Amino acid sequence: MKALVSVKRVVDYNVRIQVKSDGSGVVTDGVKFSVNPFDEIAMEEAVRLKEKGKVTEIIAVTIGGAKCEETLRTALAFGADRAVHVKEESEVQPLTAAQALAAVFKKEEAQLFLLGKQAIDDDANQTGQMVAALLDLPQATFASKVELEAGKATVTREVDAGLETLEIDLPAVITADLRLNEPRYLKLPDIMKAKKKPIAAFSLTDLGVTPGAGLKASKTAAPPKRSKGVVVKTVDELIAALKGKGLI
Amino acid sequence: MQMTLEHQQIYDTTKKFVETELNPHVREWEKAGFWPAHEVLKKMGALGLLGISKPESVGGLGLDYSYQVAFAEALGFCTCGGVPMAIGVQTDMATPALARFGSDYLKDNFLKPAVAGEMVAAIAVSEPGAGSDVAGIKTTARKVGEEYIISGSKLWITNGTQADWACTLVNSAEGDRHGNKSLIVVPLDAKGIERNQKLDKLGQRSSDTAMIFLDEVRVPARNLIGVEGKGFSYQMQQFQEERLFLSASIIAAMERVIDDTAAYTRQRQAFGQSILDNQYVHFRLSELKTEVEALRALTYRATSELIAGRDAALLCSMAKLKSGRLGREVTDACLQFWGGQGYMWESSVAQFYRDLRLHSIGGGADEVMLGIISKRLGYGGKRKST
Repeated sequence: MKALVSVKRVVDYNVRIQVKSDGSGVVTDGVKFSVNPFDEIAMEEAVRLKEKGKVTEIIAVTIGGAKCEETLRTALAFGADRAVHVKEESEVQPLTAAQALAAVFKKEEAQLFLLGKQAIDDDANQTGQMVAALLDLPQATFASKVELEAGKATVTREVDAGLETLEIDLPAVITADLRLNEPRYLKLPDIMKAKKKPIAAFSLTDLGVTPGAGLKASKTAAPPKRSKGVVVKTVDELIAALKGKGLI
Repeated sequence: MQMTLEHQQIYDTTKKFVETELNPHVREWEKAGFWPAHEVLKKMGALGLLGISKPESVGGLGLDYSYQVAFAEALGFCTCGGVPMAIGVQTDMATPALARFGSDYLKDNFLKPAVAGEMVAAIAVSEPGAGSDVAGIKTTARKVGEEYIISGSKLWITNGTQADWACTLVNSAEGDRHGNKSLIVVPLDAKGIERNQKLDKLGQRSSDTAMIFLDEVRVPARNLIGVEGKGFSYQMQQFQEERLFLSASIIAAMERVIDDTAAYTRQRQAFGQSILDNQYVHFRLSELKTEVEALRALTYRATSELIAGRDAALLCSMAKLKSGRLGREVTDACLQFWGGQGYMWESSVAQFYRDLRLHSIGGGADEVMLGIISKRLGYGGKRKST
């Protein structure tokens, strides 16, 4: 069974994000990028499924400019067998991304699409859902446990009330939550092997996707600075202070 | 030195390893005066971290030294100086000569297991009567039949209480101090070796350091690295890697000390403002950051020379000298800004104040570096030959 795993290049989670002075976005020049951590978890899960013999081939896919090849190389070092690079230098909107990923999934005749529940840059949390809708496939989002057996996937999801277990037919879309697994270290020999693994490149046009422009980001602003705290001596003082701020 | 994606990935894996497998234990190891070398190196070997610039035939990656520098730099994220130093002994101090000149037998039996992390290695050069003056060592090896019989003592041996073997410099003949030496792989479980004395050091407490006595120790003659009598020149060559490793491995530590100092002084109030608000303080920290960045540039340039196959001794010695001195300057200046809190044993700045002090002494003292630099530049300082 083929598994497709999408990986997105995002600003590294350790970077202190700075908003551009004109509010048109965040500073990305000279900033470290890495694989979206949730996608890394999805990739780890695919590799584990392959190690268990449930998956036979892992294909990593990404959408973006030339720099995104690095993201694919990292996925290949993790254990993907080959990669697909959907090349697009300009900004890609969520629906366009979902259409491109759906097209790759169809083209590859994959049975399982694994990806992070969201990317840590825009936190949109919609790619997996949209791909499932576009392909009319079952979906299980926020997975904290995945088991594959005879054309079916059993997925445990973390929901507000506790744990929910879904059984879905394959092919399907599964999005990874934080506690699904802990991604391994990249082994150095695997890093070197990844250099030689194949990457196929396509444009959006090749995949029959016309970039949409449904969303427009009007402004990016930094969150308000935390104001200084006050020390209260008694519970009465605390209640008075909270009331004063209209919080209770 | 060009930082490629693979450099970055090696750096990232090393950093992640340091932060998850080393840092949570540093406090405990520092207290114990010991780190579990076998256990840690085995994990590192499994990730391929111990043979980056070693040949593929011994399980290494066969990459040039710039990748090793990326590894050394990432080790600097360790919250102490002792463990990165001890790891560096395995990767860059005890093994380069063996990889370069060792026979297939030696590589199979000692280098391969060191790259896999199954054996712990040590480098035994210094002695009670000779440290920086390498040519002045007194340990002897005399060849009797198919064996060397070694007698003498070795001092300040990192990993010394737990290493499986030591790359040992000996006098294998009388005469010319630079032409009478050999490097021999000595298994440390051999009869006649005593190494129970763990040394009590100012810093680098988690790294065990030993004095090793060799009393008529019999070692097979095939444990000789390369050619008899070439030991001094092999060791001098091996020092280039050691010195670059040392320079690269404390860059991140110095940056951590400066950043920690900025964070501490930002929240510490005195005379109605934070300590950091004083221009004297933030200017000084900015200046030190600039110095560290300059050291990084020098280290990379020395690396470029080395990987281009040119004689890099001048730049490696300059980098080593600068890193040792800067380690002292950064930690001393920063400790001052911390005040009383910095003088506390467990503060991060005190940790590196102790640990980095070694860098002006070990691997060739500052004064030895100055000697090499002066000589290379033709400024004088002819060595007395005895």
